[in-house]
Amino acid sequence: MHEFRYEPVQLPASAEALRSEVRAFIAGEVSRGAFTPSQNSWSSFDPDFSRKCGERGYIGMRWPKQYGGHERSALERYVVTEEMLAGGAPVGAHWVADRQSGHQILRFGSDRAKQTILPKIAAGVCYFSIGMSEPDSGSDLAAVRTRAIQVEGGWKISGTKVWTSGAHRTHYLIALARTSAKEEDRHAGMTQFIVDLSHPGVSVRPIYNLYGGHDFNEVVFDDYFAADDMVLGGVGMGWKMVTGELAFERSGPDRFLSTFQLLLESIRAIGANPDARAANEIGRLVAHVATLRRMSTSVAGMLERGAQPIVEAALVKDVGTAFEREVPEIFRQLIPTEPTLGEGASYPELLGMTILRAPGFTIRGGTREILRGMIARGLGLR
Amino acid sequence: MSEMRNDLLKTVDRIFDERCPKAVRESAEAGEWPAALWQALEEVGLTRAALPEEAGGSGIEFEDAMFALRRSAYHAAPVPLAETMLAGRLLAAAGIAVPDGSLTVAPVHSGGPLKFAKTATGATVSGTARRVPWGNLCAHAMVAGEIDGKGVVGLIATAGTAESAEKNLAGEPRAFLRFERTPLLAFAPLEGALSRLETEGALYRSVQMAGALERTLEYALQYANERVQFGRPIAKFQAIQHMLAVLAGQVAAASAAADAAVETARLAPDEFAVSVAKSRIGEAAGKSAEIAHQVHGAMGYTREHNLHYSTRRLWSWRDEFGNETYWQTRLGRVIAARGADALWPMLTGS
Repeated sequence: MHEFRYEPVQLPASAEALRSEVRAFIAGEVSRGAFTPSQNSWSSFDPDFSRKCGERGYIGMRWPKQYGGHERSALERYVVTEEMLAGGAPVGAHWVADRQSGHQILRFGSDRAKQTILPKIAAGVCYFSIGMSEPDSGSDLAAVRTRAIQVEGGWKISGTKVWTSGAHRTHYLIALARTSAKEEDRHAGMTQFIVDLSHPGVSVRPIYNLYGGHDFNEVVFDDYFAADDMVLGGVGMGWKMVTGELAFERSGPDRFLSTFQLLLESIRAIGANPDARAANEIGRLVAHVATLRRMSTSVAGMLERGAQPIVEAALVKDVGTAFEREVPEIFRQLIPTEPTLGEGASYPELLGMTILRAPGFTIRGGTREILRGMIARGLGLR
Repeated sequence: MSEMRNDLLKTVDRIFDERCPKAVRESAEAGEWPAALWQALEEVGLTRAALPEEAGGSGIEFEDAMFALRRSAYHAAPVPLAETMLAGRLLAAAGIAVPDGSLTVAPVHSGGPLKFAKTATGATVSGTARRVPWGNLCAHAMVAGEIDGKGVVGLIATAGTAESAEKNLAGEPRAFLRFERTPLLAFAPLEGALSRLETEGALYRSVQMAGALERTLEYALQYANERVQFGRPIAKFQAIQHMLAVLAGQVAAASAAADAAVETARLAPDEFAVSVAKSRIGEAAGKSAEIAHQVHGAMGYTREHNLHYSTRRLWSWRDEFGNETYWQTRLGRVIAARGADALWPMLTGS
């Protein structure tokens, strides 16, 4: 029996209290002009906002207090995350460090890495990028060619990473590198390293995206030296850690709220008395987002209980990102406007920005096709 | 899964495995009442499972009753279990004693309302009701309407009221009933009786579709793993894998939407959750049936294979008690009227 149970999650009272607190915080920041709500929430880089989040205890929420964390539950973290995204808050600077890098360091890092890096992440002043993809290694992550060679006291890393979001502004990245020659098992012999982007031996070059924005980078390592205590987990453990990390980031609200501001602004533009067609489309999309939120909170509950809902999480991302891509396609036909290049300051600009960003939704964090392969595996098809 | 749920699952599955073979489904489609199956359901208390205990219920939680309904649909059981549960719950809500046996509900189709009239000794109902599920086979029906602008529900004996019976795509009877001052055996006020009937009916069809979707996915997975072409099971082809992954996403979403609607319906259905469920699951029904048939090729197009028992139910139920457009439009109007800023609080419940 293939039954998907997205068990109900009763959010604890503490989480609902946090929700009001975060909402009030965001409303306060918006009203004093600190930021304008943007659906590029988790790719909007705003160190001032991140520092404030750190001060208020919204980063590293689940980590132990000794590393600057707050020992909160997965569900409390979930509520903060969804409120930030729904409110269009600029959480991009600390996003990757909070969502995945810090978690990896906590689980697999050396004492020095934990003591020096985690408190700064939690304070909202230390940011990370992801160093997985390479020019010849995208979906086929096991094809990475960046090499690390053991030297006195550490490793020398050489190679190139691409699509490294934010690396021109972040402090560190976690790089996946080959530490022994390819064996029969192509997943063996890979190791993860914490790379300090301010050190010599690493250079960052912009890769502009299709609308001219600078988010992506190419990162080149030329005999970059990583000390032994900057190795994450065991040597040769890289593949297992990377796949675990990806599973963790697949089911969050960032996988179905990327176009939520456009949904809101479209409802606003259509007004209180929609015609039948507009009402129909609004109702359909709201039914989708309500269902996705149910699925996503349920996965958060499963993670909290220590389960590994890999297929359920992958399904949230596949269905969620498909929903995200539909939103601009539907409203462009309902609201008589032409999408306009810009930062999203008006409805035509918001629509334009969303259309231009939409292709990324079903690529980042594992393409739709890779996800569907994982789902098929979970269904017993491969 | 709770222990209660697990025991229920075993009981329900055993009954349907034993009492609902293909022959029973076929004879039911030919118009025969599946007496042995219905009796087995009555014996274990499933037909009264959605009733509160004080109204003669089986002491089963509402969520568990809905789980049993979902399994009955998984097994494509040709019985008016949803209708009996639905009629019973509305009668009980109005304080009317729920009779034994199978029950149905009217009206289920938009059209002229039924006219209720008070008489010296009680009340009568007049008018016609189209496509009443199992209306020619159930002994009693719960009828809903208004007296003096106030919601009312009543109980009638259906004998002699059925003029004809059409079938939905799954071969389930949908009868045309004519009432001419038909006496109400009991009647009582129930606030918003008609909209309660519609919303609760949509909830039950949503739950049934979730069950039929689970079976549809299972059939497709099983067939893809067994069917060998080009020297290997078709499940090994990436094109098929991706189709099945999409199917699984639709089924997962339907399952989640059904659960959410059931959880909020313990006392009465929640209109928002039911609008979401009927919209989302109705959409999943069409998409899923299409993929499952494509995966099955010609085999799934035969009467021999069992897939059609599930997909014909999906194609029927998605249009009963309001199709996607109906519920989406209704939901969309509510959202638009409350305004964009009310949406996120609505979604998060605070």
